[in-house]
Amino acid sequence: MKMNSLAELSRKSSAIALGVSLLMLVGACGKGEETTSESGEAVRVVKVGHAGPLTGPIAHLGKDNENGVRLAIEEANEAGVVIGGEKIRFEMVSEDDEGNPQKGTVVAQKIVDSGVAGVIGHLNSGTTIPASKIYFDAGIAQISPSATNVDYTNQGYKTAFRVMANDAQQGVVLGNFAAKNLNAGKIAVIDDRSAYGKGLADQFELAAKAAGAEIVTREFTDMTKTDFTAILTRIKGMNPDLVFCGCLDSQTGPMMKQIKNLGLTATFLSGDGSQTKQFLTLAGDAAEGAYASSPGVPLNKMPGGPAFTEKYTKTFNQDIQIYAPYAYDATNTLIAAFRQADSTDPKVYLPALAAIEYQGVTGDVRFDDKGDIKGGSISLYKVSNGQWEYIETVGGGA
Amino acid sequence: MRAPFFLAISVVDNAADAARSGRMDILLQQVLNGLVLGSVYALVALGYTMVYGILGLINFAHGEVVMIGAMIALTVMTLLMGPAAALPPSVIIALALGAAIVVCMALAYTIERVAYRPLRKAPRLAPLITAIGMSILLQNVAMVIWGRQYKTFPQLFSAEPHTIAGANITDLQIVIIVLSAALMTALLLLVHFTRLGRAMRATSENQAIAGLMGVNVNKIISATFVIGAALGAVAGVLVAANYSVAHYSMGFMLGLKAFTAAVLGGIGNLGGAVLGGLLLGLIESIGAGYIGDVTGGFLGSHYQDVFAFMVLILVLVFRPTGIMGERVAERA
Repeated sequence: MKMNSLAELSRKSSAIALGVSLLMLVGACGKGEETTSESGEAVRVVKVGHAGPLTGPIAHLGKDNENGVRLAIEEANEAGVVIGGEKIRFEMVSEDDEGNPQKGTVVAQKIVDSGVAGVIGHLNSGTTIPASKIYFDAGIAQISPSATNVDYTNQGYKTAFRVMANDAQQGVVLGNFAAKNLNAGKIAVIDDRSAYGKGLADQFELAAKAAGAEIVTREFTDMTKTDFTAILTRIKGMNPDLVFCGCLDSQTGPMMKQIKNLGLTATFLSGDGSQTKQFLTLAGDAAEGAYASSPGVPLNKMPGGPAFTEKYTKTFNQDIQIYAPYAYDATNTLIAAFRQADSTDPKVYLPALAAIEYQGVTGDVRFDDKGDIKGGSISLYKVSNGQWEYIETVGGGA
Repeated sequence: MRAPFFLAISVVDNAADAARSGRMDILLQQVLNGLVLGSVYALVALGYTMVYGILGLINFAHGEVVMIGAMIALTVMTLLMGPAAALPPSVIIALALGAAIVVCMALAYTIERVAYRPLRKAPRLAPLITAIGMSILLQNVAMVIWGRQYKTFPQLFSAEPHTIAGANITDLQIVIIVLSAALMTALLLLVHFTRLGRAMRATSENQAIAGLMGVNVNKIISATFVIGAALGAVAGVLVAANYSVAHYSMGFMLGLKAFTAAVLGGIGNLGGAVLGGLLLGLIESIGAGYIGDVTGGFLGSHYQDVFAFMVLILVLVFRPTGIMGERVAERA
């Protein structure tokens, strides 16, 4: 997922963070309520936060993530978890961030106030990054199931983790794929000069060069443009084997048509910003044969995919959208860290989380020193008969 | 950041490639790209220059009128292409274009009547600010109606390109160049050889005197806006069809470029707008295509817009009235 105007938001988040740290003092007192289970045994309630867009155009994805968290929590409660000699019952605190960065910081504060031990979320990079400061200030772990922007883990927050490969890892995979699998010797690179597009193109260029390809040119466009004929004609004059674009579908869609019209026969490769339905509708027939990547693994290729799908559809009576398995793994990773540290106190369990080795349904979960997943998986797709067709997955446990 | 070492290598490579491929087909293709782009700029620039010629007002909302034209055509096409209707494609195109033109004309009439006419006697800054406000208003209204998503514009013509001397051109691009040329010729004939045209020229010379001579100035000004909007609507449909995308913000940058083209050619001068539009299209296309080779890779295609505006600044420094602009006496 991409992020929206981060710079504007970080200003706002620091102001909110001030308020949050004050509220934290109050929130801390609310932790560890005691209830009694049906059998009359003393049970300690531990809250786990979840945040994602539960309303709006991508509400279906947010709900999907929430279901992933809920499933993991229900399973843990059924199995019975004992931490620090106490029987534990997990409870989910789920909030709607509307996919809106501003709302994201507000609900982050709300989640922190409710006294959670850790947070799964958010869904978009744009909400995850500003919210991460609030969780960092509160000192609780945040595991995002789906944010891919590099900046999220680049802020030096020891509380920020993710179980999805980031954009830099994606650029490296794409560069290797272009040079090795597609045998591209001469490559032309285009980027849209956005944080996402430039970052992806830079990583791609380095990796492709390291793998022996030659970058014949680097061209630029921007997000307001739909005319790429000048740069594409220039590229055509250089006869590259492959054109890579670090852009979103709103650019690559029209770009595909212009590539076809200009008679540019090079293979087309792009990142997850183009691996969408929108790309297919915008490019129409011209999309045929284009390659793109997407972080993560398709459901049926995950080590625990089929079993998880069965569980999920049985519990919620609906299909998995995209990220539910990652939300599920993120929650289980957090619980595994609680168990390993034998504590739900962030100060105690955070080091355990950083060093965790957990085998999830999506693959192995291990974090590097920034909090990024080690060897996060990236999948590659090709357009064939107007549909994205899966080719292979690089990295991860798959 | 890339190391200087890599940069040096890529510069050498680029220069070598450029030398090897001093290719005529690529140059011809860039000229064709520029002509297609320039034809659209010229059509939109006429709308700016006509209004400026008569009122001395820069109608910043014109770019948004162009966008609304594309959106209306898209909506009509989507409705007509529904499963129930089975109209031939040419009828659908004609109806969509017709609807876009009518709506844009009505819109431009309303804008002039509501936003500009009450301010005609106000200081010049007031209508200018109103124009910018109108532009923002229209963009937001379009966003509410059609959403933030990029919309796919249906394929109007065969996508198979023709190859002429190694350069490719599609049916639609031929239509863009021919239709723009026809419309611009028609406009020039209208302004120079009809009663309406004479009244427009008279109003442009001096509103008060034209009024005394029996010209209905308000009607002529409305007509100017409406004609400009009709051309804009056609341009909007052509742009959206060419890139098969329509978006609520598509008119802003297009409007700015067309305005630049109008200034480049000499604002207020119809022939100047056409020349300026074509020139700007060619400069952008050839600039982005060759600037890297000319500067040995020091400047890249991200200077595409900078290059276009540099030419504008240079023209204005040496010919403040634009290429074809004449010195006009200061208006009272």
